[in-house]
Amino acid sequence: MDVSSPSPAPSNENQTDQPPLLTYVPIRGYGRKAAAIVLAAILLSFLVSIAGNDNFGWPVVGQYLFDDRIMSGLFLTSWLTVVTMVIGVVLGTILAIMAMSTNNVISFVANTYLWFFRGTPVLVQLIFWYNLAALFPDLSIGIPFTSLWVSIDTNVAITPVMAAILGLGLNEGAYMSEIIRSGLMSVDSGQRQAAKSLGMTNGKSLWRIVIPQAMPIIIPPTGNQTIGMLKTSSLVSVIALSDLLYSAQTIYSRNFQTIPLLIVACIWYLTATSILTAIQSRIERHYGRSLLQTDAPVRWRLFRSS
Amino acid sequence: MSDPMVVFDRVSKSYGALEVLKGINLEVAPGEVLSLIGPSGSGKSTLLRCVNHLERIDSGAITVDGELIGYRQVGNLAYELPEKLIARQRARIAMVFQNFNLFGHMTVLENVIEAPTQVLGVPRRHAEEHAAAILERVGLGDKLTSYPRMLSGGQQQRVAIARALAMKPKLILFDEPTSALDPELVGEVLDVMRALAEEGMTMMVVTHEMAFARDVCHRVAFMDGGKIVECGPPGEVLANPSHERTRTFLSKVN
Repeated sequence: MDVSSPSPAPSNENQTDQPPLLTYVPIRGYGRKAAAIVLAAILLSFLVSIAGNDNFGWPVVGQYLFDDRIMSGLFLTSWLTVVTMVIGVVLGTILAIMAMSTNNVISFVANTYLWFFRGTPVLVQLIFWYNLAALFPDLSIGIPFTSLWVSIDTNVAITPVMAAILGLGLNEGAYMSEIIRSGLMSVDSGQRQAAKSLGMTNGKSLWRIVIPQAMPIIIPPTGNQTIGMLKTSSLVSVIALSDLLYSAQTIYSRNFQTIPLLIVACIWYLTATSILTAIQSRIERHYGRSLLQTDAPVRWRLFRSS
Repeated sequence: MSDPMVVFDRVSKSYGALEVLKGINLEVAPGEVLSLIGPSGSGKSTLLRCVNHLERIDSGAITVDGELIGYRQVGNLAYELPEKLIARQRARIAMVFQNFNLFGHMTVLENVIEAPTQVLGVPRRHAEEHAAAILERVGLGDKLTSYPRMLSGGQQQRVAIARALAMKPKLILFDEPTSALDPELVGEVLDVMRALAEEGMTMMVVTHEMAFARDVCHRVAFMDGGKIVECGPPGEVLANPSHERTRTFLSKVN
């Protein structure tokens, strides 16, 4: 080695001169491990005390878990949640687009709708729809100034089920509209300009370009709303519909097994929530695929042949 | 002399009290590459965006290939066209943006075939083959299934050019295509644009790349304060400007 060399370039040959490489030891985190053990112990003792407590009436829970009345209540709760959320999303999309309109009348109408339906209790709205016949004994639809009118008795048209769908769906539309509006506004305006410059109409660019990119913003709060609706729908008991919770209440009002039957209802609510959560994460993965640092799967015939 | 591809006839536009275009007269011939240069706020980007009716003009007229843009003329009245017909005009006037504006939820190939399949109704298989050929040409034949966010700025802008080319446009508008790029990536985008110019594509390019304006463009228009101060071959406008304003601008950018 030329010791007098002015350049101190590193060399592999004189390793003996260098201090040994350091061995890194990651932080131990004893505190975190201790906390985890304490938490697990608390959880376990909690579960044991619940499972071993006769006052919970676990045999009664098992007896009523698949009771016909509970099952039909679960069925009503499930489909009511699905139908009202579909109405909420469709209505919310229309309201969001209206609220973003440059026409003041259109955006005013949308904002007034939001103001009213978010500003009054949904319980009141349900009762209002249920008692619509008191305000409008007949519902008529037709073309003004002609004889083309169809009239129907309100009590026939607005059944309890119809009142529940209207009350919950119209209310949900107001909340969904703000969620969808925030999603649409999160998409850069350049995306629309690019779509326009390629000859796309507004509708097409909204459907193909803007909405798919708004989805990652829209989905998590929509999942919240759906799970919320699962439980909000129990309000329909006030208009004589037997949902899951009301079915449990009907049973315990006769046999006084209050706690076991409420546990039955909760087991089914938790099951439905678990399913909805799984669906939500599947949808999120679908719309989040462009955010991953990987290529899309090759699925085009064109490239298989090459 | 063939008919001009683009004609600006006394084009004016204001944003409120601010007059951004003051009676622009300009013609672009088929196959010509024209660059628009000038200080920021001079109206060059606005002028470009009026060509595909992304911005409305207040008076005057713009025609592309003999067709009045955005309006239907009846006597002395011009009625704004319905959205569908404006969209049809835009389909043959491509645009490349400063910020690329690639569709983030689509792969490179999907970006390029989106408008041909959705707007022109080309069968997907057909569009994919055409798109793959164009992407090969801009040097991105190996990136078809990548998403835009995985690409460098230069690669993204080349995808944007491929997306524009897929519509078989008669004219491409470039709005500062290299301004958002790292310096070492500018060259790969300019190379693609140079190749297009050599193939005879009609191009209007708003740019700050004086070397590109000098070497590739047939004519250079210098804009300031909403007017075209001078317009001519780069050898005149850039090398020997006749206006004081042009000289000051060029001394600052060079």
